Amino acid sequence: MPTRPHPGLEIDGFTLGEKLHTGGFATIWEVTHPDHALPMVMKVPTILDGYDGPTIVGFEVEQMISTRLSGPHVPRVIGIGGFEVMPYIVSEEIDGGCFLPLFQTAPLPLSDVLEVAARMVAAVADLHRQQVIHLDLKPENFLQRKSGEMVMVDFGLSRHDRLPDLLAEEFAIPMGTYPYIAPEQYLRCRDDLRSDLFALGVMLYGLATGRTPWGNPKTLREVRKRLWRDPEPPRAIRREIPEWLQEIILRALSVDPMRRYQSAAQMAFDLGHPGQVTLTARAHKLKRDGWLTVFDRWRVMRKIRRFSTPNSVAAQLALVPVIVVAVDLSPEGEPLAEALRRAVTRMLMIEPDARIACVNVIKTARIGIDQGTDNQGNNLHVMRLVQLKAWADGIKLPDHRLTYTVLEGPDPGQAIIDHAKTNHVDQIVMGARGHSTTRRYLGSVSAQVVAEAHCSVTVIRVPETWVRT
Amino acid sequence: MRIAVMTDIHGNREAFQAVLTDLQGHTIDKIAVLGDIVGYGADPEWCCDRVQELAANGAIAVRGNHDHAAAVAPEAMSHLARTAIDWTRARLGGDQIGFLASLPLEAREGDILYVHASANDPASWSYVTSDTKAAPSFRATKARLILCGHVHVPLLASCDIGGVVRTQAFRPGLPIPLISSRRWLAVVGSVGQPRDGVAQAAWALVDTDRQELTFRRTPYDTAAAAARVRAMGLPEALAVRLLKGN
Repeated sequence: MPTRPHPGLEIDGFTLGEKLHTGGFATIWEVTHPDHALPMVMKVPTILDGYDGPTIVGFEVEQMISTRLSGPHVPRVIGIGGFEVMPYIVSEEIDGGCFLPLFQTAPLPLSDVLEVAARMVAAVADLHRQQVIHLDLKPENFLQRKSGEMVMVDFGLSRHDRLPDLLAEEFAIPMGTYPYIAPEQYLRCRDDLRSDLFALGVMLYGLATGRTPWGNPKTLREVRKRLWRDPEPPRAIRREIPEWLQEIILRALSVDPMRRYQSAAQMAFDLGHPGQVTLTARAHKLKRDGWLTVFDRWRVMRKIRRFSTPNSVAAQLALVPVIVVAVDLSPEGEPLAEALRRAVTRMLMIEPDARIACVNVIKTARIGIDQGTDNQGNNLHVMRLVQLKAWADGIKLPDHRLTYTVLEGPDPGQAIIDHAKTNHVDQIVMGARGHSTTRRYLGSVSAQVVAEAHCSVTVIRVPETWVRT
Repeated sequence: MRIAVMTDIHGNREAFQAVLTDLQGHTIDKIAVLGDIVGYGADPEWCCDRVQELAANGAIAVRGNHDHAAAVAPEAMSHLARTAIDWTRARLGGDQIGFLASLPLEAREGDILYVHASANDPASWSYVTSDTKAAPSFRATKARLILCGHVHVPLLASCDIGGVVRTQAFRPGLPIPLISSRRWLAVVGSVGQPRDGVAQAAWALVDTDRQELTFRRTPYDTAAAAARVRAMGLPEALAVRLLKGN
């Protein structure tokens, strides 16, 4: 007879306290351990008498994946227990509590929608970087740290790209939570990271409008409708939603994964640069598609068995990098800026789906008040932006894949490093000025970025013969 | 403990040597050879001697059907295998025959069972090629990990606490967690005559501390191995097979 959890139960040094939560497939307990001072919780699956295959496999998957994750966006696992006595996962208690109560107050003020969405997308981007697709993202599965990070829980349906998929053969029906499940998940695909971006789209729709795009379906037949039926445009529900936000939401909700954002980092980028989101027809939509359009889609989609095979998680992320190009716009930097543009153009031949974020830094004084205008009264910030756009003119890339940012800071290298980190940048490309002695003693910006950035850095130099003497 | 598991060397000196060299780059505490040291390939004596040396230094070795046919008694075999085994038997010396004949049909160490073919009746040389073919092995032993060969195509299966046996897809080179709620069976694949379309020596690395298993592939000089097969006058099909890995 397997052990059942109850207050006071001792197992592997853990002592159970109060039951905190009873869910459909598991209970959550307060737990203490003499060797671990931090507040912890224990999750114990509710296994039905006899053989309860789905619950068991789901918990095996969760034990396997959650112990391999790290970082602020997942709970730190302290211990796991085998099925021979009582299966459990003990993890840190997340101090900021559940996200669900906040979600239930939707529609939220638009500034809150963006702030919350940015935190959720950042969490998902971090998970994907660890080669894990969650596949059951919903408000209930987000917790918050007091420090602000969103934390994802419940990896029972998740897929680790580098581990065998124990769930692949387990169920004949699609797995997931009906309001949030992506069309390809309905078709039983379990290896597309863009399924998580669809779920993010559903939640973003919910935060902005207070509704779910396809209601609260109870049957798979109803779930299937999202393959051809478009949701009510968010702006039809709440007119103050800006067109660019509707564009982001509806793009995330595209039926074909190829038409969605291709990575969480790309989605985060658009949320962070609303002025630069390219608006398409769906941004202006104020009502659902007419019955003829829907009927045409139904004729195609009712026969579909799968979308094109997704890339592996790592390959998918490598396909759609965000590349920051730090451009030196000073007159003596001209040959370098030219070389940099050629290098970026070359990179785009190899990585045609990359996004290029052009950055220039205005160095500010460490102490004292900076002048935002030059001697002629021109706004420095605006001037730099204009110059940056002029520099990028030579790069043939559609507008929505090019962005421009002017940063300010006393330490240009640090400004570039920080910008790359907050924007989930994959690579920084920048120039290095010559080899002058002064530079060697004062240190160069590029050397600092190479040493301290969290991503790859490519440094471009002008061949010696070009350097002015 | 880290265990290197090799099986179905089949007299392929080039492949066997390549794996042994590869092992030097890993920290290995134990070696296991799951049988079919000879048969098909051009260098049965060399392979036999090397396994005997390994066994003298503590390696686990069990007998395969080709070893049995060469050293103990004839076995029912395909024409190709029969031709090769007759040639092999004539090449082996008394010492080598004695070594092959002395090998047990299975070996158990700790939680791991080593066997050439299906564990339920090792002497019947059944092929483990699917979940249903793996199920009898799980019923025959309580071992947590069953390692076998015989089929020259790698396979991974698990048996959960309800007794349900499933095969699992995997990718070579990535450690697979042998999660504790299940028992596991791995068909390691062949060192000397892979048949899964990859012309590289197959072997496996088991880490008992981390409870992980990794299917590994080591490239080797297939052209040289095929040339040896031809030089020895063995059937051409056996040479071509090495080049294609099928």
